[in-house]
Amino acid sequence: MAGGYYSIEQVFHIKAGDFASAGEASSQIKKTLKQLGIDSTLVRRVTIAAYEAEMNLIIHSIGGELKLKVTPQSIIVTAEDKGPGIPDIDLAMQEGYSTAPEIARELGFGAGMGLPNIKRNADRLNIQSKVGEGTLLEIYFDIKAR
Amino acid sequence: MKLKEYYHSVTLRKDKCRGCTNCIKRCPTEAIRVRDGKARIIAERCIDCGECIRVCPYHAKVAVTDPLSSIERFRYRIALPAPTLYGQFKNVDDIKVILTGLKKLGFDYVYEVARGADYVTAFVKEALKDPNRKRPIISSACPAIVRLIQVRFPELIDNIVNVDSPMEIAAQLARNEFCERYGVKSEEVGVFFITPCAAKMTSIRNPVGRKESSVDGAISIQEIYGPLYSQISNLKEEDVAQMASPFGVGWANSGGACLSLGIDSYLAVDGIQNVIRVLEEIEDEKLTDLEYFEGLACPGGCVGGPLTVENGFVAKNRIRKLSEKARGRPVSEDELREVAQKIQWRLDEKILPKPVMKLDDDIVEAMKKMETIESIYESLPGLDCGSCGSPSCRTLAEDIVRGYASEMDCVFKLREKVKQLAQEMIELSEKIPGGRKETEGQE
Repeated sequence: MAGGYYSIEQVFHIKAGDFASAGEASSQIKKTLKQLGIDSTLVRRVTIAAYEAEMNLIIHSIGGELKLKVTPQSIIVTAEDKGPGIPDIDLAMQEGYSTAPEIARELGFGAGMGLPNIKRNADRLNIQSKVGEGTLLEIYFDIKAR
Repeated sequence: MKLKEYYHSVTLRKDKCRGCTNCIKRCPTEAIRVRDGKARIIAERCIDCGECIRVCPYHAKVAVTDPLSSIERFRYRIALPAPTLYGQFKNVDDIKVILTGLKKLGFDYVYEVARGADYVTAFVKEALKDPNRKRPIISSACPAIVRLIQVRFPELIDNIVNVDSPMEIAAQLARNEFCERYGVKSEEVGVFFITPCAAKMTSIRNPVGRKESSVDGAISIQEIYGPLYSQISNLKEEDVAQMASPFGVGWANSGGACLSLGIDSYLAVDGIQNVIRVLEEIEDEKLTDLEYFEGLACPGGCVGGPLTVENGFVAKNRIRKLSEKARGRPVSEDELREVAQKIQWRLDEKILPKPVMKLDDDIVEAMKKMETIESIYESLPGLDCGSCGSPSCRTLAEDIVRGYASEMDCVFKLREKVKQLAQEMIELSEKIPGGRKETEGQE
C-alpha cells in the first residue's frame, strides 16, 4: 500500500428497535480486534464504546450504520443515522440525561450513560447532529506503538 | 521448557475416532479439527475442559490420568478426595465411610479437599476486603476457566483471585500434617488427588500461577470407583475423622464456593458456554456491581465432571444431603494466620495471556489476513456443516489463511470445481483438431 497505509472496514446495518440483535455488531467488532492482535485493554474500550453507539442507534435513531475502520495507527468507530437528530448535544453528553422511550427503559437501557460512557473510553470524539437530518458520531482510538 | 508448556490430559484415541463433527462443533476454543479422517487437538488452544470427552459418542477422547497402581511408587500415600467423590455412591449417609474406604485401598492418610476449600474460602474473604482489587474477583478454582481466560479473555486475568485452589492447599496441609505426625520425610510421601476432571490432571503437570504442583498424581473417579465401592460395601467401622465444613463439601456443586463466602453480590455460572457468555459481559463492563464470580466449566459444577460415574444431578443432591451432616467448622482467623505462614497459598507466578486467536504479530499482516478471510468466507456456503473438518465456514476460512486447510476441503467448493471441470471437458471434447475438417468425406 502507498506509504504503508493500510486499512480495513466493517459495516453493520442497525435497525431501529431491534433489541433481539442488540450487541451483535459490537461483539463482532470485539472479535475482529482480538484477531488483529490489538491490546486487550484497548479492545475493551472500543467494544464498550461501540456497544453504546450500537444501542443508541437501536433506541434513538430510525436506523443507521455502525462502521469499524482499523489502520495500523488507529481505530475509528462511526455511527451514522438518518434521524431524528439530537437537539442539544451538550445536554445529551451529560451523565444521567436521557430521552430513551419507555420500552428501552423497561429493558434496562436509557440510564443516560451512553454518550458519556463513549466519551470516557474514546481518545477523541466528533459528534455532528441536525434535527430532522440525522447524527454522525465518530469515535477515535489511538493504537500506541508497542 | 517446551514440553511442559503444552502438556494436556485430554488426548485422542486414534483407533476409536471416526472423524465425525461432534467434538469440533462443541469445543469452546475451536481447538479441534478433523484432518485425514481423524480429530486433531491444537495443543496451544486446548484448555482441557473435557467438553469433547463428554460429547464424543465413540469415546475417542480420553483424559490421561494415573492408574491406582501408581501410588505404589511411594512408601507413604495420601489421598485427596475431591468433594465430588462423595456424591458417587448410593446408600452412603456419612462421608467418613468414603474416607475410610480410601484408607482400605492402600492410602496411609486421607485429607479432604473440601477442607482445603474451607481455607480457600477464608483467604478469599480476606481478598474481598481489599477495595483496590479489580471487581468482580474471579474464582481460580476451575483450571479450565483459568485457561479459558488466558486464551479468550486476557483482559480479565487481573480479576482472577490470587488464592490457589483447594487441591493445592489441601495437598500442602496434608503433607505437613502427615510428615509431622509420623516423623516421615516429605520425599517418601506421594499425594494423590481423586479427580472428577481432566483439567486438574493438567494443572498438576503444568500448573498456572505456581511453579510446581504439590500433588504427585491424579486418579480419576472412574478409575477408583469400582475398588472403592467394594471397600465401602464391606466396611465394618469408620476410623477416619471428617474435617470439612458443610460449606467446603458444597464446593462440588456450582454456587457452593459463593455460598460459603456469605456475600450478596455474586454470580455462579456452570457449563463452559454459559461461562463464556458471562465473561463476555464482564469484559464489556456490563456487570458493574458484581463482587465475585465463580465460573465452573462442567454442567452443575464439579459434580458434572467428565471423569465421574454418577449422573451429575443425582450426585448434586447427595452432596447437598451429605454436606448438611458435615462436622467441620469454618476456618477461624487465628487458624488462617497460622496456616498462611506454613504453606504457599498464593498464586505467585504471573498468569500470562495466550492470545492464540490473533492472526499475526504484525498488525498490517493481520489486517491483510483478515481481508482474505472475509473474501474466502463470502465464497463459502455458510452452512457450517463441518464436513471440511473445521467447526464452521468462518474457521475454515481462517484455517485456509493460516495455511492449515485448502478451499477444496469444502465439499460444496469441490463439487463446484468438479462441475466446472466436467463442463470444460465437454467443451474440449467438442473441439475438432485443426488438421481435420468439420465433416469428413465431403470433399
